[in-house]
Amino acid sequence: MTATSEPLVSMQGLKKHFDVSPPWLNRMLERKPRLHLRAVDGLDLEIPRGTTFSLVGESGCGKSTVARLVVGLYAPTAGSIRFEGTDLTDRPAGDPPAIRRRMQMIFQDPYASLNPRWRVRDIIAEPLKCFGMLPDRASEDREVGRLLELVGMNSQDGEKYPHEFSGGQRQRISIARAISSKPDFLVCDEPTSALDVSVQAQILNLMKELQRELGLTYLFISHDLAVVHFMSDFIGVMYLGRIVETGPARQVFANPQHPYTRLLLDTIPDITMARRDREPVAGEVPNPIDPPPGCAFHPRCPFSDARCRSELPELRNAPSGARTACHAVAEGRLADGPVRAVPSTPAQMPT
Amino acid sequence: MKQSGPLLEVRDLSVVFDTRRGPLTAVDRISFDLSPGEILGVVGESGAGKSLTGTAITGLLERPGRIGGGEIRFEGNRIDNLPPEQMRRLRGRRIGAIFQDPLTSLNPLFTVGRQLVETIQTHLDLGREQARQRALELLAEVGIPAPEKRIDHYPHQFSGGMRQRVVIALALCANPKLVIADEPTTALDVSIQAQILAVLKKLCREHGAAVILVTHDMGVIAETADRVAVMYSGRIAEIGPAAQVVKAPRHPYTEGLMGSIPVIGTGADRLTQIEGSMPRLTDIPAGCAFHPRCPCARADCAAVRPEPRPVGDGKVACVLYDGGGI
Ligand SMILES: Nc1ncnc2c1ncn2[C@@H]1O[C@H](COP(=O)(O)OP(=O)(O)O)[C@@H](O)[C@H]1O
Ligand SMILES: Nc1ncnc2c1ncn2[C@@H]1O[C@H](COP(=O)(O)OP(=O)(O)O)[C@@H](O)[C@H]1O
Ligand code: SF4
Ligand SMILES: [Mg+2]
Ligand SMILES: [Mg+2]
Repeated sequence: MTATSEPLVSMQGLKKHFDVSPPWLNRMLERKPRLHLRAVDGLDLEIPRGTTFSLVGESGCGKSTVARLVVGLYAPTAGSIRFEGTDLTDRPAGDPPAIRRRMQMIFQDPYASLNPRWRVRDIIAEPLKCFGMLPDRASEDREVGRLLELVGMNSQDGEKYPHEFSGGQRQRISIARAISSKPDFLVCDEPTSALDVSVQAQILNLMKELQRELGLTYLFISHDLAVVHFMSDFIGVMYLGRIVETGPARQVFANPQHPYTRLLLDTIPDITMARRDREPVAGEVPNPIDPPPGCAFHPRCPFSDARCRSELPELRNAPSGARTACHAVAEGRLADGPVRAVPSTPAQMPT
Repeated sequence: MKQSGPLLEVRDLSVVFDTRRGPLTAVDRISFDLSPGEILGVVGESGAGKSLTGTAITGLLERPGRIGGGEIRFEGNRIDNLPPEQMRRLRGRRIGAIFQDPLTSLNPLFTVGRQLVETIQTHLDLGREQARQRALELLAEVGIPAPEKRIDHYPHQFSGGMRQRVVIALALCANPKLVIADEPTTALDVSIQAQILAVLKKLCREHGAAVILVTHDMGVIAETADRVAVMYSGRIAEIGPAAQVVKAPRHPYTEGLMGSIPVIGTGADRLTQIEGSMPRLTDIPAGCAFHPRCPCARADCAAVRPEPRPVGDGKVACVLYDGGGI
């Protein structure tokens, strides 16, 4: 990623902290402090036009919060998000419609994200209406029919209701709705996590085809590394609200540097059955309300030392061509080979 | 109790739902055996009938669902027609169950210790102190750190992964011979999932329990199961040793399923896709239920339901293997 082409979307120092304090009265009576949950805690990334950037990490690491920040469902606590260089974060009265039209979102649950009382045609046409993109109902009908066929459905399906469709077909409807306003950028939050693998394959293939045909840029979110490997040009591995490793997907997968990336890669169930009797990695993700000091991964990391326990590692260029936030990588003291996480002690267990 | 025979024999088992428009067959004449200590994975897309198969074996089917035919034998004796009270005793003592959501197996109002002690005392002739000792041992075995402290905690004080460990301990309290685990790791993150599967596998081995592991995740099967049954539309499409089914699938459905899974390290730009989706119970096609989606379908596939035939070390229900195998 060089300065030759400006990224379509970029984030700088993006943070989202949630106030999860007990109610005021309890704080006063029980002398409880205010509590802040740092869901996203300083994120920098750039998404080049026409590519797929994936965020991957275990649940609770902040992926969905990033998605919601990007499409404006949350206001950031700090930092900025730029779309073609325009800062979206000082948007007191919401984004200009021109920009909202150009970014859309696909959610995980195709059951909850489609209004059950609307016909499919109205669901798909809603963004068209919202942005006043078509002059009359006849052209709207034609456009909805075209979109349905584009996502592999029948143009007559518009007259039906969401409950008449399977999960995979509903996700196709969500995609048709998302692309109806001719956006450049789609935020896809776990779009296939609720689907069976055979249906997931159909949807992922469709998303790749649409990207090629329509020149779309994706921010793709998943906890499934194999799916991310299939979809991505660039990836960012998240742990407790921060990116710990990022770079071209090919490089990160071929030569993972950060101990957490290696751990994640090592835990994927292996359908080639080559490593059936390996030891599972140990430990669980700590609580983001009170994250460990220094590198948040240090309690699970076999390479942690005194510096890791006190000093937050910044993202730096690693020899692999990726960027990694790890003192051991920066100091060149990381052994090759698989990572055996440190078993959790009771003090680190989430309760 | 004969030692040599299978622990569990399922013969032509059907599960039907009585509806206003007549019975719907959700599990359709399936047969398989389970040896003592064996881990059988049951995979397939959602709605294939995996959970109902487990529910029928544990005797937990609820109206309007019922066993529509066939037999289930456990240690040689029929259990599909046992009176509810006898089935309940068998379920706690000889057959354990683990579900996707650990909270369905745990009472939120009691400490995990109390639940373990009560279950142990229901099934084993132990005093309170001995039962508590046994509970502590079990918690340690399933990898709960500091069990002396954790035993007096409530379920909500545990993380999802730790709760599922408690449920495994609960299922193994009475040293059952069979554990039915229905999607036990589906709600968990991959790194936790691997830990739970390892615990499940190790403990069942140590306690000599056989496992029916129901999951939609081929990766989980490949890592854990000795044998695999692949279900489609209420039928077993293919059953055999895990290595054979995963690495050399024979049934076109299994082959499609395997191809649709993204695998790290392959550079494919497109995943194999099986067109369409699994039919609803109301419109399961005649003949082979998979034929409308099958790339290998022939004319007779729409007419005759293929019966499972021996292929390699397993069985495949597909006309391609009807002539005695390839
Ligand atoms: N609206 C909210 N209020 C309080 N905490 C939240 C809210 N949304 C998310 N969180 C917390 O923020 C963290 C990150 O959540 P999320 O972004 O959903 O993670 P992911 O999508 O990676 O699973 C979690 O600890 C979650 O509980
Ligand atoms: N109570 C019920 N009433 C009617 N149909 C049911 C009921 N429970 C399950 N089914 C149907 O039986 C089929 C098999 O269900 P199940 O065994 O839960 O599938 P799986 O576990 O493979 O996803 C599905 O088509 C489902 O819709
Ligand atoms: S070596 Fe240190 S900085 Fe790197 S991941 Fe481990 S604990 Fe974090
Ligand atoms: Mg999420
Ligand atoms: Mg099920």
